[in-house]
Amino acid sequence: MSVMNIMIVGVGGQGTLLTSRILGGLAEQAGYDVKLSEVHGMAQRGGSVVTYVRYATETGEVVAEPIVEEGTADVLIAFERLEALRYAHFLKKDGVLIVNDQRIDPITVVTGAAEYPEGIIESLSAKYKVYAIDAMEEAKKLGNTRTFNVIVLGMAARHMNYAKEDWENVIRAKVPPKTVDINLAAFRQGYGE
Amino acid sequence: MEKKIMLGNEAIARGAWEAGVKVSSAYPGTPSTEVSENLVKYEGVYAEWAPNEKVAAEVAMGASIVGTRAMCAMKCVGLNVASDPLYTAAYIGALGGLVYVVADDPGLYSSQNEQDTRLIGRSSHVPVIEPSDSEEARVFTKRAFEISEKYDTPVILRTTTRLAHSQGVVNLEERVVPEDKEYVRNAPKNIMMPGNAKQRHIFVEQREKQMMEDACTLDINKVTYDDTSIGIITSGIPYQYVKEVLPHASVLKLGLVYPLPKKLIEEFASKVDRLVIVEELEPFIESAVRSWGIKCEGKELFTLQGEYSANMLREKLLGETLTIDEAATVPNRPPILCPGCPHRSTFSVLKKLGIHASGDIGCYTLGAVAPLSVVDTTLCMGGSISMLHGIEKAKGKDFVKNWVAVIGDSTFLHTGVNSLMNMAYNKATGTVIILDNSTTGMTGHQDHPATGKMLNGETTNAVDLKELCLALGVKRVFVIDAFDIKEMERVVKEEVARDELSVIIAQSPCALLKEYIPKGKCAVDPEKCRKCGLCLKPGCPAIKKDPETGCAVIDDTMCNGCGLCQQLCPFGAISLDPNPKAVEAGIIPGGISF
Repeated sequence: MSVMNIMIVGVGGQGTLLTSRILGGLAEQAGYDVKLSEVHGMAQRGGSVVTYVRYATETGEVVAEPIVEEGTADVLIAFERLEALRYAHFLKKDGVLIVNDQRIDPITVVTGAAEYPEGIIESLSAKYKVYAIDAMEEAKKLGNTRTFNVIVLGMAARHMNYAKEDWENVIRAKVPPKTVDINLAAFRQGYGE
Repeated sequence: MEKKIMLGNEAIARGAWEAGVKVSSAYPGTPSTEVSENLVKYEGVYAEWAPNEKVAAEVAMGASIVGTRAMCAMKCVGLNVASDPLYTAAYIGALGGLVYVVADDPGLYSSQNEQDTRLIGRSSHVPVIEPSDSEEARVFTKRAFEISEKYDTPVILRTTTRLAHSQGVVNLEERVVPEDKEYVRNAPKNIMMPGNAKQRHIFVEQREKQMMEDACTLDINKVTYDDTSIGIITSGIPYQYVKEVLPHASVLKLGLVYPLPKKLIEEFASKVDRLVIVEELEPFIESAVRSWGIKCEGKELFTLQGEYSANMLREKLLGETLTIDEAATVPNRPPILCPGCPHRSTFSVLKKLGIHASGDIGCYTLGAVAPLSVVDTTLCMGGSISMLHGIEKAKGKDFVKNWVAVIGDSTFLHTGVNSLMNMAYNKATGTVIILDNSTTGMTGHQDHPATGKMLNGETTNAVDLKELCLALGVKRVFVIDAFDIKEMERVVKEEVARDELSVIIAQSPCALLKEYIPKGKCAVDPEKCRKCGLCLKPGCPAIKKDPETGCAVIDDTMCNGCGLCQQLCPFGAISLDPNPKAVEAGIIPGGISF
């Protein structure tokens, strides 16, 4: 059984659903079985959101459960620092964490009921393979901060077994037509040449 | 065969369309909403939003009675609202196939309780079918219509959040529309007066007995014998966890979870050494199995609450010790009202006045969360108004002089109207606030009878909420801009003090609507800011205290210029940089000075 377990976590409104659609599209394009699991309804209310993506890596292999369980994630893509910390324990021992180094205070921190932890990236790097990026800064360079999540996806793509062209084809198919160029630029930025 | 990745709900819509369904009625409710949103896209189907699930179920029944395949869709608690038609629909049966799509919510991702629809199937004598992935969701929906017509019964297609909102590969087939059946008046079948119901009850019991027999050879109930040291009876999403953890166990996978195939279960039990029931929520299958004198394990191993998982099966069933890292202790990140949400404005007024709110179901339920913490109770759709009335009648009119009921526009039309009618009819003096943001928000911005738009996008007449309240006998009805906190405070103070029933309609569009025009961006002048913290009290996510300067600071990527913080600042330290589109549309200046 060689099912790849991917998790995408972040704050509602950061684009976790688009990212999962791209990942689903990759598996669909390759003809592999795939299951995704999402959080709807609450997604835009600034709450913690998780998307699970599980795809077979051989034709004919079947994916059973639609969720990724603790200790089994191959790749954890986090669009926000605190959410990376919240879900880090889902990673396998040799799992990879791609994190957008952005801070969005939850309401519990804003009201002073809790403190936003310091040194998150450092403490996570001690336990897991962490690749951090300030995707908002990178996105500003491209002139469109909304593409930050595709930059992060570009980074994550390095650790998954799809070809760069496969990613670009799916992005072309899944993003709004007017935004294809900027999203491809963002993906390439994160992927690195 | 063409394949497509589909959400469970999307696959149900596809299956219904392939089965030739022509009429669908529903009320939004997570996790069932996408069924209707997808169904409406297909040719040949009429799909609508109804004001509530009872109406939706009755609409579907009407279509079924005249021989057309029809369905209604709802979340678990929505079935409670639709239960009146359901229980008697079991007696009338289904000339045209009739399917209730009902979505349970193990894990309580978005519901008021964790009820198990399978028990309602049993209680109402309505068969329940449960798919375990998107492809089954499509296929089982088609089977549901066939079974409905074959046995002359409504059928419940039961999903759970995990199924409804996960995506999987689905095969696509063509639509086949069965011939519409001829309608002929049939009083003993369709008119449930006691004399007729007596006879139909006999039919219902016979039908159930027959189905229990036939379930033993039904194609959607599958037995796989492999390693017989352990035999699992399961259905729905939990079947997938069994597949992950015990790929070689013998499994009886139920597609029809009610009526249960007693003989098949007895046979299965006799062929395995250890019988375990793997089901989420109630011990529904387990209780039946035990009642037949069959030894089995179930809830003593697992849990009555929440979802199952593969890890749970590994631990509790196989006794494995899992080596998982401990979760870090991190601050919670609960969902909150969006920046620019009009409910925040209304709640900030109520909070300032120290007013209790009898609450209801919608985005505004989040008014219960800190720092607003205005909302004392939430029960069910429409309950805010009726409960306020009960509070008044229990403790007297002076007790409710610092109480209001708060209810959304969609919720009000769902079941709040009757509650308000009750207050007017039975001489209440309380104050009701209708939070009118022109949408059914929490479920993803659907239309309702006061938005003037149907599910299929056509424009239609819109209910006038003010006129409706007046027609119910409420003499004092006010329509106020939700962001005009001065006026809101004045009116709320006056009306709660009065010994007269009042309704305040707090109006302002939801900030996430496509038509919403942001007023601009607010900014704090650190020179003028006196660090009093008044602007932070309503808990808007776009404004926070700068840890270095102590001044309030606004995140301009989140702010949309609603101006609430600006109004709250006593020192004029917050200014609005207006959006030219908003100025053009005449939206500003409104209750905001700049």
